[in-house]
Amino acid sequence: MSVGSIVPRRWKKPPLIKRARLRWALGIGAVVYLALALGTTEVNWTRVWEGLPRGARFFAAFFPPDFTSRRGDMADGILESLWMTVVSTVIGIAISVPVGIGAAKNIAPGPVYYFCRGILAVSRSFQEIILAIFFVKLFGFGPFAGVVTLSFATIGFYGKLLAEDIEDMDFSQAEAVRATGAGWLQWINYGIQPQVMPRMIGLGLYRFDINFRESAVIGIVGAGGIGATLDTAFERYEFPSAAAILLIIIGIVMLLEYSSGYIRRWVQ
Amino acid sequence: MLRVKGLTKRYRTGDLALKGIDLDVPDGQVMALIGPSGAGKSTVIRCINRLVEPTSGTITLNDAEITTLGSRELRRARRRMGMIFQEYALVERLTVMENVLCGRLGYVGFWRSFTRRFPQTDIDNAFRLLARVGLDEMADKRADELSGGQRQRVGICRALIQKPELLLVDEPTASLDPKTSRQIMRLIKELCEEHNLSAIINIHDVMLAQMFAERVVGLQLGEIVYDGPPTGLTAEVLTKIYGEEDWSASIRKIDEDTDEAVERSDNVLTLETRQPHRDRMAGLT
Repeated sequence: MSVGSIVPRRWKKPPLIKRARLRWALGIGAVVYLALALGTTEVNWTRVWEGLPRGARFFAAFFPPDFTSRRGDMADGILESLWMTVVSTVIGIAISVPVGIGAAKNIAPGPVYYFCRGILAVSRSFQEIILAIFFVKLFGFGPFAGVVTLSFATIGFYGKLLAEDIEDMDFSQAEAVRATGAGWLQWINYGIQPQVMPRMIGLGLYRFDINFRESAVIGIVGAGGIGATLDTAFERYEFPSAAAILLIIIGIVMLLEYSSGYIRRWVQ
Repeated sequence: MLRVKGLTKRYRTGDLALKGIDLDVPDGQVMALIGPSGAGKSTVIRCINRLVEPTSGTITLNDAEITTLGSRELRRARRRMGMIFQEYALVERLTVMENVLCGRLGYVGFWRSFTRRFPQTDIDNAFRLLARVGLDEMADKRADELSGGQRQRVGICRALIQKPELLLVDEPTASLDPKTSRQIMRLIKELCEEHNLSAIINIHDVMLAQMFAERVVGLQLGEIVYDGPPTGLTAEVLTKIYGEEDWSASIRKIDEDTDEAVERSDNVLTLETRQPHRDRMAGLT
């Protein structure tokens, strides 16, 4: 038999899901659900139409933004928010480092791992607003409730990402440090910290950014900061002042965004 | 003197990696451990410093039993065993100097190491070792800026600054080119002579093992199947260790005078002598 007479062997990329029936069922199921979901979404187009000019009036009330008449309140609110952001980011990260190390599967023993994962899961399952409402009830109105809220939320965010970064590290580097007879803390400091540090600095700055934005939101439920000032402005129908506060928040967030990007590039 | 008796390792997956290894390494002996992938070479040296916990058997280094130590004594014992790694395993974002000083971590307290304030004698030793391998100008470079051969030399310094009694070397040349491989092996051998160190060197390259070791141990499926001088590696022995293959190229008499001569003969081997055996290598005969 000569080689040329053989029928060319065909090749196709193997499908992601091997069983043909399951593959089709999942595909068709997803399409049907999407169609039903879109079909049952009720849109009252007349109300949308009537709402448009209302929205425009609301928007127009913001102009021109008034930076001056509530200047003192605004400055206090911004400074309080910045203070809350700094304190809660520092406290949150300080607590999340040991929790994150404990939640890394490749270096933590079983019970510690599950305990720390539990802390992270609890912290991550509550939205900041819900936490803020709870802590305002617990500690009363004011920035302290806000600081506790943001610190608690930071633990879940930062601890989880730290744990994942440790799990992704190059284990041979850590093994080499351990082989020298280093103690546990030395092992963390020399074998693991250098591997995760640049990313963790970047994430710390990112969390700072998030905490500032959140401080504006949780103020609305009474946890202090610029959010409280914003809420007051809305309650008094002082829309020009509210607009000024929103513009300031946007400006600061953009500034943080830009500077954190710059610092992250520099750290890498 | 290192004495290994009845060393067994069963991994949690149930694989029996080592089946009762007995091995004595006298002071100052450079021993090569050869064998196919998965034979258990890495497991042997990792059991000796207990990066891998042995299942049974005893390991004694200069009359100190290693297998029963608690964690504090284990760290003390690890100081006496320098380890050199495949792919170097330097901490890439630390400087060359920090990587070398890693070898002193077992000797200094946490705060000293955390603040990078090592004793002056350690710094002096680090510079002396780096100068010995020609890298003292690189002390403040980050480890990931170095070439492969340079990194492995830093790895050697890290092991030597521990003032070890034994070197555990895991595939030191696996990711190096042939010339650098020879230089690294020669450096390890010379340093062992200078410091009267014994060494266990896991190595894939049979020819390098013959060139630089005074004793060769062949491991196959967790058992020692050869233990003797490098000259005793005949075709039958290599077949016993690795399985059926044409070994004429590997057991050729090696000219150790110059690197160039050896490399040229390497090229000749791969380009010409192996050609007639292609069918056989492809498993067609």
